[in-house]
Amino acid sequence: MKPLILRDLKLAFRSGGGFALTLAFFLIVVMFVPFGVGANLDLLARIAPGILWIGALLSCLLSLDRIFQLDWEDGTLEALATSPIPLSGIAIAKATAHWITTGLPITLAAIPLGYLLNLPQQSYLWLFASLALGTPALSFIGAFGAAITVGIKRGGLLLSLLVLPLYIPTLMLGAQVASTGTQNPIQLLALVASISLLCIATIPFACAIALRANLR
Amino acid sequence: MSLWEYANPAKFMALSGRILPTLTIGAGAMLLIGLFWGFFLTPADYKQGSTVKIIFLHVPTALMAINAWLMMLVASLIWLIRRHHVSALAAKAAAPIGMTMTLIALATGAIWGKPMWGTYWAWDPRLTSFMILLVFYFGYLALWEAIEDKDTAADLTSILCIVGSVFAILSRYAVNFWSQGLHQGASLSMDKEEHVDNVFYFPLLVCIGGMVLLFVTLVLIRTRTEIRARRLSALRAREV
Repeated sequence: MKPLILRDLKLAFRSGGGFALTLAFFLIVVMFVPFGVGANLDLLARIAPGILWIGALLSCLLSLDRIFQLDWEDGTLEALATSPIPLSGIAIAKATAHWITTGLPITLAAIPLGYLLNLPQQSYLWLFASLALGTPALSFIGAFGAAITVGIKRGGLLLSLLVLPLYIPTLMLGAQVASTGTQNPIQLLALVASISLLCIATIPFACAIALRANLR
Repeated sequence: MSLWEYANPAKFMALSGRILPTLTIGAGAMLLIGLFWGFFLTPADYKQGSTVKIIFLHVPTALMAINAWLMMLVASLIWLIRRHHVSALAAKAAAPIGMTMTLIALATGAIWGKPMWGTYWAWDPRLTSFMILLVFYFGYLALWEAIEDKDTAADLTSILCIVGSVFAILSRYAVNFWSQGLHQGASLSMDKEEHVDNVFYFPLLVCIGGMVLLFVTLVLIRTRTEIRARRLSALRAREV
């Protein structure tokens, strides 16, 4: 599994600039919010956690079709399916590589971007924690959506329609952790982490079923 | 003799053809009686006036919107485990009906909400959950349409339905955390069964029964159509 993760990381870094594209997109989404709602600092401070979370979701969505699509097109996926690693293991490796190239940079970039949106001082730690614990769920759910739509030509729009509803609970709880009015952020943070753990534990099996159906 | 016998499309067609007329008449009669009873023979509520009568459409459709998804979940599990084609087709047949029920429930709720709460829409936990359910129906239906190979489509939509169910339930409870402090959820989403008087309760039960029968009837009709379409394409493939 480790060589597979390393291979995906190398591919991501050597072609298409790795996570730079995702981060550029994240920056643009965040930059557009003051253009849309006005540069009122109080308003921005109130909506900053939600904006950063939605920006993270959308940036994550952008690179989902890369998880399986290229390997599907050139037949690598079929070769991988006959390897000794089970398909669910391959899904774990792919989702992990996706998290390292997307979720992790997004989590780190959210801190400076939070400053742009006048994120309140005490929220930085909570935002960082909620993104760090929540983005693995995004990558694993995304891998599931990518596995389902891998055989569909021009499946990008369908992929977003399938994946975004599945992101709802993570977004609701995650954005809530960092907002200022929250009484009990630890409790919500634990729920976000539990969704991530649930996804890591179960989604790879669903991915394997979807990939098998597509490869048949 | 067991339920699994009807996994055979020929047997399913024979049985469903035999019981469909009875079911159709039953559904129509129950809905007519229930709605007539509810709309014309019940008194107006002392607080809500005659707007309360939309409950006879709102509650049954809302119930069926959720039950349709549950039925799709069970049918999807049966397809994944035992690979009975009728089961996959029944799940496909139920989805548009469930989506329509969700839409009717949302629409009647909005119409009821305007005079009662002064707004068509509020981000109340229950309303939000129904909006989320609607989005799940959209995704499920879109996936069926997008895949050409029938068995692959059945497999992928089944696994989507199962994963979707888990996340729909997660959303249902995440909504409660999310709307804390924004809204006083309890006073808006009144637990109808507990508060409703017997005068309203019995016609409501008839309406719910009628809606269940209507759902079963429509699913049977649509499943029969799917089976016939499948046969037709098989025949065409043989000709060419």
